[in-house]
This record gives sequence, C-alpha cells and structure tokens, in this order.
Amino acid sequence: MTDAPFRVQPALDDDNRFFWTSGRDGVLRFAHCAGCGYWLHPPIPRCPACGGRDVTPQAVSGRGQVWSYTVNHHSWDGGTEPYAIVLVELAEQEGLRLTSNLVGCAPVDVHIGMAVQVAFEERDGIWYPLFEPAEKD
Amino acid sequence: MDAIISGIGQSAVGRRLGRSGLDLTLDAALEAIADAGLTPADIDGLATYPGAFPMPPGFSGPGSPDVQDALRLRLNWHRGGIEGAAQLSAVVDAVAAVTTGLARHVLVYRTVTESSAQGSGGRDGIGLSGGGGAPKMGGALQWSIPFRAYSAANWLAMNCHRHMHEFGTTPEQLAQIALNGRRNAARNPKAVYRDAMTLEDYFASRMITTPFRLFDCDAPVDGSTALIVSAPGHASGVDHAVARVEAVGTALRGRPSWDQFDDMTTMAARDAGAALWERTELTPADVDIAELYDGFSFLTMVWLEALGFCGKGESGPFVEGGQRIAIDGELPVNTHGGQLSAGRLHGFGFIHEAVLQLRGEAGDRQVTRRGGGAPEVAAVANGGGPVAGALLLVAESA
Repeated sequence: MTDAPFRVQPALDDDNRFFWTSGRDGVLRFAHCAGCGYWLHPPIPRCPACGGRDVTPQAVSGRGQVWSYTVNHHSWDGGTEPYAIVLVELAEQEGLRLTSNLVGCAPVDVHIGMAVQVAFEERDGIWYPLFEPAEKD
Repeated sequence: MDAIISGIGQSAVGRRLGRSGLDLTLDAALEAIADAGLTPADIDGLATYPGAFPMPPGFSGPGSPDVQDALRLRLNWHRGGIEGAAQLSAVVDAVAAVTTGLARHVLVYRTVTESSAQGSGGRDGIGLSGGGGAPKMGGALQWSIPFRAYSAANWLAMNCHRHMHEFGTTPEQLAQIALNGRRNAARNPKAVYRDAMTLEDYFASRMITTPFRLFDCDAPVDGSTALIVSAPGHASGVDHAVARVEAVGTALRGRPSWDQFDDMTTMAARDAGAALWERTELTPADVDIAELYDGFSFLTMVWLEALGFCGKGESGPFVEGGQRIAIDGELPVNTHGGQLSAGRLHGFGFIHEAVLQLRGEAGDRQVTRRGGGAPEVAAVANGGGPVAGALLLVAESA
C-alpha cells in the first residue's frame, strides 16, 4: 500500500518479465544458476560467476534485512510523503539486494538491520515487490 | 600521461541566465583558447561530457558537432559521451589523445542550463519530466524509479545512512561540507550562494530525503566550463603557469550498480582513488588542495576517504568542526564553494578551480601553501555512486 498516484512501470523484456510478474502467486523469484547456485541480479541469461547457461527463475524466501534506507520528504510525483525507500539484502545471498519501499509500518520506524518480508503491490499487471516488517518465526 | 592543461575558461555562471547552452559554451571555449595562447585554428581535438541528449532538461550542453561547427574547428580527434570515469572521462580521454599524439590541443568542455530548464518548478525526479504518462523504465533505472526513488538524492541518502550506521558519522559532521562550501563561496564572486550560513541555518533547511537536507544538495545553475589539454611542449607557449596531469583515476572494480556494489559506503570512488595513487609516485600527503565533487555533501566525505586523506570511515571526524578543510586549514577543500554554493557546473567547476589555485590566480580565495606560494599539487574528483573519476594536477611554471 502506498499513496502514490502511480508507479513508473518497468519496461518488460525477455530477461526481466518473470521478475516483475513473479508476485502473481505471491512468490518472489530471482534468476538462479543451476550449475553453481549463484543468484543473479539483475537477471541476465548467463551466470557471471561460473559462465553456466542453465539460469532459470527460482523462488526465494522473500525475507531479508534493511541494508539501508532513506525517508523521502520531497514531492517528486504528487503522492504523499514521507515514505520510506529501503535497500533490502535478501536472506539467500550476501550482496543480493533490491531497492524497494517499506510498507506496513510508519516511515520513521525504519532502521538498518530491520527484518523484512516481501509484500507485493499489483498495478496494471506489474507485481512490485515491496517489503513489510517480518512476522516472527 | 603526458599532457598539460594549458588554458581554462568559464562563461557567466548563474540562476536562469536565459542564454543557450551553445552561447555559454562559446564564451567558455574562446576564453580557454585565448588563455592557452591559441586561436581556434590551433585546436585539433574536441571532447565533452555527456554529449548531446535531451533528458533531463538542461543536463546536457551542446554536443561536440555543434561546437565544432560553431568554431569551424578542423579536428584530428573528437569524442562526446557519458559512460566512463564520470564527468572527468572527457578530460581523461583528451589527456590520452594528446599523450598518444592523436591531437595536440584538445578543447574540453561541460555545459549545463539546468537552472533555466527547470524554471521556477524545481528539480524533477528522473523519469517524471514532461508530465503526462510516465515512460516505462528499462535498463538500470527500472530497479529504482518504480519504487519512487526518483533522484540520486534518494540513492545516495541510502549510502550516507549506511556510512552513518557503520562508522558513526553524524549530521553535524555532514553539515561541515555545506558550511565549508558557503564560507568559501563568500570569497568567490561567481558563486551563486554567498550569504553566510550557520549550523542552525543548515539544520533549519527542509528535509529532502533523510539524512539529506536542502543544503546537502547542489544548486542547479547555467554555465559552461572549458579547458585546453595540450602536449607538454606547449607550456612555454603561454604566459602563465600550467597544470600538468600527473595521474588519472579511472578504475571501476566493483559492480557498476547503485544497489549491487559491494561496499555502499565507498562505491566507485574507492576504485578511482586507488587507481590514481597506483599511477604516481606522489602520495596523499603531497596534496595541497582538494576539489572534491559535492553533488551531495556526503560525496565529498566519500572522496576524502577514497583518496586517502583520511582512513576509511574516518571522514566524519576529519571534517569535524570544519577547520581542517577550510581555506587556511591543513587540506583546503572545495575552495570556490563547491557545487553546493558556487553552483552545479557538474564536475568541471572543480577542475577550473584547481587550475586557478595552482596558477595563483584565485583572488580572495587563493590558498597559500605552507612555506609560502601557491599550491603545487591539487586533487580533483568527480562523481558518486557507481561512477567516479579523479585527477592529480601539478603546477608547472611557465
């Protein structure tokens, strides 16, 4: 949930379509190399770690931690402010990160190290992977 | 590297000058050519950053073909483009062209008309210009813009928060970059913001994106800066000292990405800074002045660390109180006011200032080296996030 009047859409192509529509079934996916187990982001057809070509979208836990953040106050898009932009490091791999928004809590409550989980927001056929405070295990 | 900066020029600099980018560029170019003791007929190379393209408005000055044609230059080498070691890539390429003999005198320029382009509407977020339906984002920007992270202010604010988290850097320390710039700008007649700024003023400026306040963000202006990169033999052809290019920092060893780079607290500056020192016998202790990019205040702190003026993570304590980086401090920084107060000439203002200082022509803000005389060694840095470039310049007498 955000109060933005719109979200700029990604331009879908053969490499990124799975990522931006992955939330259709509530699951976040990244490109993954079957050969060496490396998670690729942004998605490309060949593994930069081992050169392998067996790269396919695979589900991740959707859990991670806030690596850094900013609370935006400036009016860029006619939506409401403030809102929290977060850089989330996914649990699956060191350095596997997504820029996103934190939802489900007040922007002032965001902090580095905060445990978060994916929460999709669908608009016009794009499932934006946002994040919310993680439920306790 | 075997090249000198034999001449410099700069147009009027200001808010909403209402002049075309080409008009401003020709002022800067002709001043630089004359300063180098040359005429347009002597210029056989041309280089610019970023080359002509339409977005965002006012960001790109005229492309190199427009400037070539306006001056009727007969060129042996030319380039314009945005990829590379930040804005300095145009200078680095010119230095390489002169070193390898592809050209003898290269006109290098950077022009912005962002103030006029933005009018009274303020700065647009990337991807939102022009109103109406927002375009769909491909490439790297698809990973930030759809999350309402529209500006480098948002992206770098996250780098800054990570620095604060890892090293305990404080907002008061960050403020010193803005306060230092404003103090220096008061001595620079071409600076756009010259009124005194206190720490209270800084904290009273509105929050843009935490921890960046308005005074952490540079000021869009109109203006053009030009320089002439020449073969070293031309040093005897001018009536002033010149700046010899001692080394260039062009490395990018981490991933070229805002969010996937390994160390958020340094990013590409780490690599450009390291490469600079790998290419010279000089050391950070030899540097008399540092002109370090401040598109956002935090970037100057990043460069202080990346260029080895302090240890990693130690830029906060280094700038504490502001004395060390002041004009009469142990390492004068951004002596013209930086982009925060002198205006966003987008990288090239720092080169211009470094050369003025090395030549002893910086007027009321001239730095006096310990032991007397003008500075002899200047470090110049441009860029932030995944783009970075650095130069080391050494004064050579005429």
